Amino acid sequence: MKKKLYVARSPRIAARMLGEEMLVMSGQGSTLFTLNPTATILWQAADGATPLDEIVERRICSEFEVKPEEALRDAEALAEDLAKHGILLISEEPIASHAVVQEQHRP
Amino acid sequence: MPGLATQIERYSVVIAIGGVPVRVNTTDGGFLEILQKRYAGFVCAEPHAEFEFDVDLAPPAFANPDADVSVTHRSGRWFMERGDFRAEWNPAARRGSIHQTANPYSIDAVLRIVHTLVLAGQGGFLLHSASAIRNGKAFLFAGISGAGKTTIARLAPADATLLTDEISYVRKEDDRYVAFGTPFTGELAKLGENTSAPVTALYLLAQGAGNRVESVAAADAGRELLSNVLFFAEDQEMVQRVFQGACDFVQRVPVYRLTFMPDARVWEMIQ
Repeated sequence: MKKKLYVARSPRIAARMLGEEMLVMSGQGSTLFTLNPTATILWQAADGATPLDEIVERRICSEFEVKPEEALRDAEALAEDLAKHGILLISEEPIASHAVVQEQHRP
Repeated sequence: MPGLATQIERYSVVIAIGGVPVRVNTTDGGFLEILQKRYAGFVCAEPHAEFEFDVDLAPPAFANPDADVSVTHRSGRWFMERGDFRAEWNPAARRGSIHQTANPYSIDAVLRIVHTLVLAGQGGFLLHSASAIRNGKAFLFAGISGAGKTTIARLAPADATLLTDEISYVRKEDDRYVAFGTPFTGELAKLGENTSAPVTALYLLAQGAGNRVESVAAADAGRELLSNVLFFAEDQEMVQRVFQGACDFVQRVPVYRLTFMPDARVWEMIQ
């Protein structure tokens, strides 16, 4: 049986929703990223405690017309990509809450 | 028998950029004159200074102009280094030191770095932009080299007060942003006026065949603003502050794209 994956927002980045887009800045090298809608959903739901398959089922499959298996495959690839850029943390165990950055909600 | 100790003269000048007085101490009268000339209009007589730097002058051979600037934070101190200077600043003690040759460019870079760090803590920033005051309102014109900062400054009408043609000083004061004049010049080589006004708009410059102003979506504005903010420190907390400060700014200040041709009529669109 495939192990569950957990994702968490990296504490080493700064993020902010501006208009309809999520901007993310990496602390290392001050690199700026713009997340696409799927990555934004993943980012917002990445609390370190909810398994990735549940995030996909509840947040992505409900938003986009896509099969759960296909959506999970895509989400795993996306999470790996975001992790490579230091935006997300991935683990086969739940990730402690102190490692999860709080998303900024401002007017 | 000649005296065993020689009294060393100590000279000071207080340079107030953005209303922040910084005292610079040197034992070299010639260097003092360089500073007074370089920062004319920003030298103030006020004895109080927010920060103080002792400049230790190195022999002329001390320079590697190809080296990158490095700004690091350790044990409560900032360490700044480039090929032509080494500096250290302790914000808590409000003191620092600079090791450089007798030139105005090295200390200029140190002051810019120090001001970026001070401003980041207050929600402000230094921005690659020209800025000017007209009718009591400050306007910023941002862009990379060649975008038209100097051109727009040169085209400014007589009733506009130029704050800078190269690097703008933006501070958050309560719920508004205020732009201050700076001595940091571009091609115009003319010091800005040492005055300030609330920021009314930020224009992102683009040169084109005609003059037009278009609104810019918040995310685009944030991206472009961040690409023009001067920031040197690879420090996690500072990156957070600069990022959030820039995002706050674009949510409070209107941002437009200003496409213009080199014609003074472009200023009719600035309001």
